[in-house]
Amino acid sequence: MLFKLSLSNIRRSLRDYAIYFFTLIIGVSVFYVFNAIGGQAAMLKLDGDTRAIVQVLKTLISGVSVFVAGVLGLLIVYASRFLMKRRNREFAIYLMLGMGKGRISAILFAETMLIGLGSLIIGLLLGIGLSQIMSALVINLFQADMTDYQFSVSGEAVIKTILYFAVIYIVVMLFNSVVVTKLKLIDLMQSGKKSEQIRLKNPALCIVIFIISAAALAYAYYQVGWKYSELDQQKMAAYIAVGCVTTFFIFWSVSGMLLRVIMSMKNAYFRGLNTFTFRQISSKINTMVFSMTVICLMLFVTICTLSGGFSIRNSMNANLKEYCPADMGISAYVDEPAEELSITEICEDNGFDVMSYLSDSVHFHTYTDENFTWGSFFGEELIEHFPYVDFSAGEEIVALSDYNAVMRLYGREELSLSEDEFILICNYKQMKELRNEVLAKNPEITISGRKLLSKYGVCTDGFIRLSSQPIQMGAFIVSDSVVKELGYSSDNLIGNYKAQTRAEKAETEEIIKNECDKSFRNMPLVKELGGTLSFDTRIEIANAAVGLGAIATFLALYIGLVFLIACGALLALKELSESVDSIERYEMLRKIGAEESDISKSLFRQTGLFFLLPLLLAAVHSVFGMKFAAYVLEMFGTENMWESICATSVIILLIYGGYFLITYYCGKGIIKDKR
Amino acid sequence: MELLSIQQIEKYYGSKSSLTKAIDDISFGVSQGEFVAIMGASGSGKTTLLNCISTIDRVTAGHIYLENADITALKGKELNRFRREKLGFIFQDFNLLDTLTAYENISLALSIQKRSAKEIDAAVKTVAQQLSITEVLGKYPYQMSGGQKQRVASARAIVTNPKLVLADEPTGALDSKAAKMLLERFNYLNSEHNATIMMVTHDSFTASYARRVIFIKDGKIFNEIIRGSDSRKQFFDKIINVVTLLGGDVSDAL
Repeated sequence: MLFKLSLSNIRRSLRDYAIYFFTLIIGVSVFYVFNAIGGQAAMLKLDGDTRAIVQVLKTLISGVSVFVAGVLGLLIVYASRFLMKRRNREFAIYLMLGMGKGRISAILFAETMLIGLGSLIIGLLLGIGLSQIMSALVINLFQADMTDYQFSVSGEAVIKTILYFAVIYIVVMLFNSVVVTKLKLIDLMQSGKKSEQIRLKNPALCIVIFIISAAALAYAYYQVGWKYSELDQQKMAAYIAVGCVTTFFIFWSVSGMLLRVIMSMKNAYFRGLNTFTFRQISSKINTMVFSMTVICLMLFVTICTLSGGFSIRNSMNANLKEYCPADMGISAYVDEPAEELSITEICEDNGFDVMSYLSDSVHFHTYTDENFTWGSFFGEELIEHFPYVDFSAGEEIVALSDYNAVMRLYGREELSLSEDEFILICNYKQMKELRNEVLAKNPEITISGRKLLSKYGVCTDGFIRLSSQPIQMGAFIVSDSVVKELGYSSDNLIGNYKAQTRAEKAETEEIIKNECDKSFRNMPLVKELGGTLSFDTRIEIANAAVGLGAIATFLALYIGLVFLIACGALLALKELSESVDSIERYEMLRKIGAEESDISKSLFRQTGLFFLLPLLLAAVHSVFGMKFAAYVLEMFGTENMWESICATSVIILLIYGGYFLITYYCGKGIIKDKR
Repeated sequence: MELLSIQQIEKYYGSKSSLTKAIDDISFGVSQGEFVAIMGASGSGKTTLLNCISTIDRVTAGHIYLENADITALKGKELNRFRREKLGFIFQDFNLLDTLTAYENISLALSIQKRSAKEIDAAVKTVAQQLSITEVLGKYPYQMSGGQKQRVASARAIVTNPKLVLADEPTGALDSKAAKMLLERFNYLNSEHNATIMMVTHDSFTASYARRVIFIKDGKIFNEIIRGSDSRKQFFDKIINVVTLLGGDVSDAL
């Protein structure tokens, strides 16, 4: 009996439940799709490093999944409570007929079970389908071979999804039972009968609060967007808090002002159904300032994560071509300047001929002058600003002929220099700015007793060692005669392998790496002074870049999608229940002869503005948030920011816009003429 | 001049096996400037009749002409335009939009006719004066009494200068004092502004304000009396007599 009642309840209130059910299904399938990535990647032919990255990705997704489950859980609890409120009348009838609260709980229990089971099954099926499309993305991101692909279902992900959602549904059930035991018949009977109280907020107060909030927000924007170098964690948290609070007050004051402003434009206000439309909108915003704030902030996080994630990936791939133009580079450092440091010789002493593996190469030293340190370049003033930087370290000095040889190998532009000049090479943006400030004063530097002046007066873009990003902190290129007296700071060997295929290259790399490492460790000088051998190769850098890019993309997509779904669902639920409450109002409009097209237009405007307002403020937040993100992501390179913003917009348009359209058409169905 | 002409209309509900004749061959006419009341017990078909005239419902057979145009043949947009331009509605439960002030509720009838804000303002103020609701124009429905609400609803109905004002149990939700005040306003609108009003009611007191009363029983016209030169009191007694004739049905509803 109860089961039948639950089933018919659901069928009857399908209109209310449609969006809820739809959201559950999407939630389940997104959860499955991302948790299945690990399993899918495991089926691809990947080399060792990538495999390790997949493992990292899997762990990260597991961690994020807990957070995501929390978000979805809150959304589901909120939505189910919201739907329960709409059924107060029904519960009142049950209670009046003498049904116990226990049995009402049982009905709700059965309903949640049915909906939960249904959404899990459909969501998992949909998820399994979608994850096949996701495979294409996995293959693309890990740059694997498409021919390896096959249809796959990840059992682990299925079990995980069922487990997480079972927990969520049980929480919902418990929550519902608690709510039911607290029901009072008198409140249930009176619900819906209370006439709506319309209180217009004091317009002067609204304007004052709006101006204060806007000013506070602008200040926070300025601090985050322009003064980012002065930010620390505490300040950052404070500005985020300011952002949240002002968002709330902006919605609060706008809801009060919007109507006033439009009411003052008499010609617009008294045109067609505008009076009705704006009254509806303002009462909607009035009753959900808090929800709007939460939605706006969630959209803001979504926009930033998505575009941030995408730009990391985009620039990773672009950077690789730019900053890693050779197969490998070895750099050996000892802790004090030494003359006898030479990788090739060390290897030869150990019976390993590294050169025989390389088709072309450059072997060179870099130098330091103990009297020419970071401190002597930057001067006292800056040292005080950066208490954490070790300013006693010597600046790196490179001879012009060595630098040009490396540039020939890289296929980049060579430099020319006269005896009393130097060129400062730097491409790490923040460092470049600082160094340019110093260079602008045209300082005279002293290296090895020679006085030198800057050739260009600014840093020259460039780098010496292979890297995945622009992280050249600064190297002084001087004419060969200057370095003659100086000690070596590092010994470098940069070159391309003789091997042609990827597999052969990987093999060569392994040999060189092991042999060089062994030789370096056996060197008496290193044993005595201590030193490091760093090994940068194109394969390693590429793998790391691909992995980092893939991780960023997946995590951004995961969090972004879930947040978007949550925002869309919250707005849709609110808007649809508003439509149900307003059926009679629309009936009345029809009776006094309003055109059907005008009524549709009014609904479209209401729904549209409802969806647009939080997005608008979120977009404004994001402009400044992204400015800060661009600063944080500087070292990854941000030239492709626009591409990422476009991709983000498309995703938001698809999901958020999709929710908007569904809401509009469902709403239209709800208020449709019943005759 | 005959404004409204109803010719042999019928309205059936239900299927072939269980047919209900809500209206069974009714014909009558209403002249320009008349104040007509339609009386009948619950289920007699009076509200169905009003719904058919207001094009909210469709007739099964027969024709209704307003100014010689057949309104039973109207469709879609024409229906909306007809309702918007020719008719004014007053409902038992007021049907005011609770989110709008009295002023805005009245203006809505004009703004959907795409009138200018200036025109609207003048018209609303005039009609508010006629119905003595000027002081409640800025209030919301929940801040008004039932009588005020009904007068606002009436203002909305007549502000467009409709050919015909249709009122469905306008005093149904009002106490006797508020009802009297509303009906006096109706009388004023009818006599001073030549408004044509058609009112459905089961209340003899309310009906006695009209110039003519049509009685309906089981979907048919049962009787019709005209006030002529009688005082309202005399007319009320005549109505009571017919109601008694009608049998227990109507007095039940009294």
